[in-house]
Amino acid sequence: MKQKLELYFHIPFCERKCLYCDFLSAPATEQTKEQYMEALLTELVGSAKQYKEMVVETVFFGGGTPSTVDAKYIKEICLAIREHFFVSEDAEITIEINPGTVNRDKLKEYRSAGINRLSIGLQSALDEELKRLGRIHTWAEFLETYNTARELGFDNINVDLMSALPGQSAEDYERSLQKVLALTPSPEHISAYSLILEEGTPFYRMHKAGEISFPTEEEDRAMYHLTKEVLAEAGYQRYEISNYALPGKECRHNSGYWRRVNYVGYGIGAASLVQGQRFQNTEELGSYISNPLGEKQVIEQLTEEDCMEEFMFLGLRMITGISTGEFEQIFEIPVEEVFGEVIEKNIRDGLLERFWVEGEERIRLTETGLNVSNYVMAQFLLD
Amino acid sequence: MAVIDQSHIRNFCIVAHIDHGKSTLADRIIEHTGLLTSREMQAQVLDNMDLERERGITIKAQSVRTVYKARNGEEYIFNLIDTPGHVDFNYEVSRSLAACDGAILVVDAAQGIEAQTLANVYLALDNDLDVFPVINKIDLPSAEPQRVIDEIEDVIGLEAQDAPLISAKNGIGIEEVLEQIVEKIPAPKGDPAAPLKALIFDSLYDSYKGVIVFCRVMEGTVKKGTEILMMATGAKQEVVEVGTFGAGQFIPCDELSAGMVGYIMASIKNVKDTAVGDTVTDANRPCAEALPGYKKVQSMVYCGMYPADGAKYPDLRDALEKLKLNDASLHYEPETSIALGFGFRCGFLGLLHLEVIQERLEREYNLDLVTTAPGVVYKVFKTNGEMIELTNPSNLPDPAEIEHMEEPIVSAEIMVTSEFIGAIMELCQERRGRYLGMEYTTGGRALIRYELPLNEIIYDFFDALKSRSKGYASFDYDIKGYEVSKLVKLDILVNREEVDALSFIVHGESAYERGRKMCEKLKEEIPRHLFEIPIQAAVGGKVIARETVKAMRKDVLAKCYGGDITRKKKLLEKQKEGKKRMRQIGNVEIPQKAFMSVLKLDEN
Repeated sequence: MKQKLELYFHIPFCERKCLYCDFLSAPATEQTKEQYMEALLTELVGSAKQYKEMVVETVFFGGGTPSTVDAKYIKEICLAIREHFFVSEDAEITIEINPGTVNRDKLKEYRSAGINRLSIGLQSALDEELKRLGRIHTWAEFLETYNTARELGFDNINVDLMSALPGQSAEDYERSLQKVLALTPSPEHISAYSLILEEGTPFYRMHKAGEISFPTEEEDRAMYHLTKEVLAEAGYQRYEISNYALPGKECRHNSGYWRRVNYVGYGIGAASLVQGQRFQNTEELGSYISNPLGEKQVIEQLTEEDCMEEFMFLGLRMITGISTGEFEQIFEIPVEEVFGEVIEKNIRDGLLERFWVEGEERIRLTETGLNVSNYVMAQFLLD
Repeated sequence: MAVIDQSHIRNFCIVAHIDHGKSTLADRIIEHTGLLTSREMQAQVLDNMDLERERGITIKAQSVRTVYKARNGEEYIFNLIDTPGHVDFNYEVSRSLAACDGAILVVDAAQGIEAQTLANVYLALDNDLDVFPVINKIDLPSAEPQRVIDEIEDVIGLEAQDAPLISAKNGIGIEEVLEQIVEKIPAPKGDPAAPLKALIFDSLYDSYKGVIVFCRVMEGTVKKGTEILMMATGAKQEVVEVGTFGAGQFIPCDELSAGMVGYIMASIKNVKDTAVGDTVTDANRPCAEALPGYKKVQSMVYCGMYPADGAKYPDLRDALEKLKLNDASLHYEPETSIALGFGFRCGFLGLLHLEVIQERLEREYNLDLVTTAPGVVYKVFKTNGEMIELTNPSNLPDPAEIEHMEEPIVSAEIMVTSEFIGAIMELCQERRGRYLGMEYTTGGRALIRYELPLNEIIYDFFDALKSRSKGYASFDYDIKGYEVSKLVKLDILVNREEVDALSFIVHGESAYERGRKMCEKLKEEIPRHLFEIPIQAAVGGKVIARETVKAMRKDVLAKCYGGDITRKKKLLEKQKEGKKRMRQIGNVEIPQKAFMSVLKLDEN
């Protein structure tokens, strides 16, 4: 059986930087975008041979705002993938889009390029909050995008929402959630993150200067519980710390990261994992454009220990946790021999639990453990 | 070099308030006397430790000998003896002054007299030095030379009308200073044929040559082969070499005779044997009595110093040993703390001295340190008649065994513009000060005198003084003695366990306030755990303040783009690394910096 492969394309452009964003992304001229997209194509085609023994299961255009570049470039890449790679028949092909950067024509182009999943960055359904976040769109513009996409036949759509925004109350947040659930048909997938203040962002400075204030921890937790309850009631299953989906609509691409499937990242700063080796592209736009096939920076050749660590801390992000049998099958050593102490300690602390599914033993984070997942995961790093 | 008679020697120092331009003037004097070309000059020749240059203060006294050809055509030997500029080193200052015959008082033309100016001038006058003033920084737009001249005459009572008006920085008026050195500073006296009597004003340890003694010969002569005796420490050695101070180098000579300043090398292994203030004499022909003024240096401030990484304990021990070779006023002895493991209780002349040592350990020896709150030496009188000098709060006997306790008191002089008098007096009252008096001086300023407990001024008094006077107040103090005081030991309990390294001695009336601040500060520093952590301050088992670190309820990663697992992992690794920098007390992990943060309990 051929090994599975995921492709990620980083589009580091946006119309305007949001106030909370610390991703590698910025506004750019049309000329820069054109040069970059050409470089992306060069990198893709140039590297294809290495992966001819693998089968592409998912493709993801992320950013930045991939919909900020002309759709023809996206289409070119999609065509090149089909031409140079072996693509699974039911491959999941996603593009992140922002309302305000797409119209009917663009969405049509995506559709004809074979893109079958949209991830829409909504973040909030309240215009006032959108403004506060520095977003470029309104709720009405989102609605138009969403409805157009549905009309064009997109039947797998994710909507991104954020909680714990400055000045946001639990009621405000619930209104956003309800407005999203009231969409017809409602989205197949909802990502619900709580905003994390990142150093170097305008929000960080504004917070330090006392210009904005964030919900208290109690409010933050209230929003978090609200997400779970409201979405569960609406039929969504939580399958990862911050991701919810209707049955069978989990994002295969992201799940691949947690399951340590091979993936190749194209574009600046993009990270890859291929057969136990992690590497990353340059983060410099200029040098990437001038030499897209330039030498990758190998971050690490993963050792057996690294792989075990990752198996645990990535696997635990998923609500179904990890399978102890799978661990033993991959690493040929029982998980207890490597992580027994940590597992037992965290079970005692009520942060991890063992459970059985169809006779298979699994370990997952408890409800409490999910709240402090970092604390638990950090303990799985070996010395 | 031909032997120069005493009438052509001038031994002097420069006294000034910090930043009034002492080191710059010293540089100019050295430059103008021509022993050094401008090219050879480092920015400031005398302050040769990096740390000193960065902080703009002189810690270790240095000296230099230069030759000046005066307007009268004669050549004069200038021995410029640099003095430390901080109250912590008052004793060293007084010994350096005692090695001189006169002093130049540098006063900033814009700022006028400051507390330290006064303290240093009085010290100079106490040592019978002839002092003449110099007005520096006259090229500043805010300079008011006449006001400052009047102030000097008014406050200190020194004739100042013909004081040179100079700018050391820009080399203005330096000639006049040099001429006045010749004119106004008396030539040394003393009989070169009398029994040897030399004053040690500093010493330096060199790993090849042993201890190098810096001294001023008062009577007699010393040369290679002389068997010398240190009268206070009793150390005896044969002289290997004598010489004078070039700029940054030692220049050997045949002999040092009465009136001269120079160095003696005698294969002495330890600076302890060459105490500052001690008298060097000829072992075979000793002088009748030692020079007056020798004191054994006492540590005034103590704190615990621990390596952040327990495995570095031997490194810390070696580093302290090396520093001690050159700094007889540094004391240390091993101690252990339940919270911090193995370390040392170290004694210092004052807080600046502590900070300097700490920085040197960290920079020069690359050590990561955890320091406990500095405290003073308390005298504990026990009911059984015993008296112990307490340097570590953990060693305080059971209260039932204590008859009474005493703490060191200083007399302080604070110079401030009159608008801040109220604010400064309020500060002194808060710090348990006893008001002694106040004098107004010219220029709308006042000199306030207080007696203050030393333990109230060793932490943040200076910062508070500056902030409450918008930087205008200056301050100096002198240890006065011990007084009975109502002192208690304040303990800190984290999750109901006492943390020995956080205990300290405080006056009964300040206990509540200090305890509250400690708890607040620790609450900020101790990370959340899965459970709630009470932080309590207690006196004699009675809790007087409490804060709570709430249980951790959320600790999740932000969304990461793409498959950037490396970034996720780095975040987790950072978290794990952070845990390593923690000290485990019971089941609570306390970051090392929490132990330090309580040293800085801010005003507000």
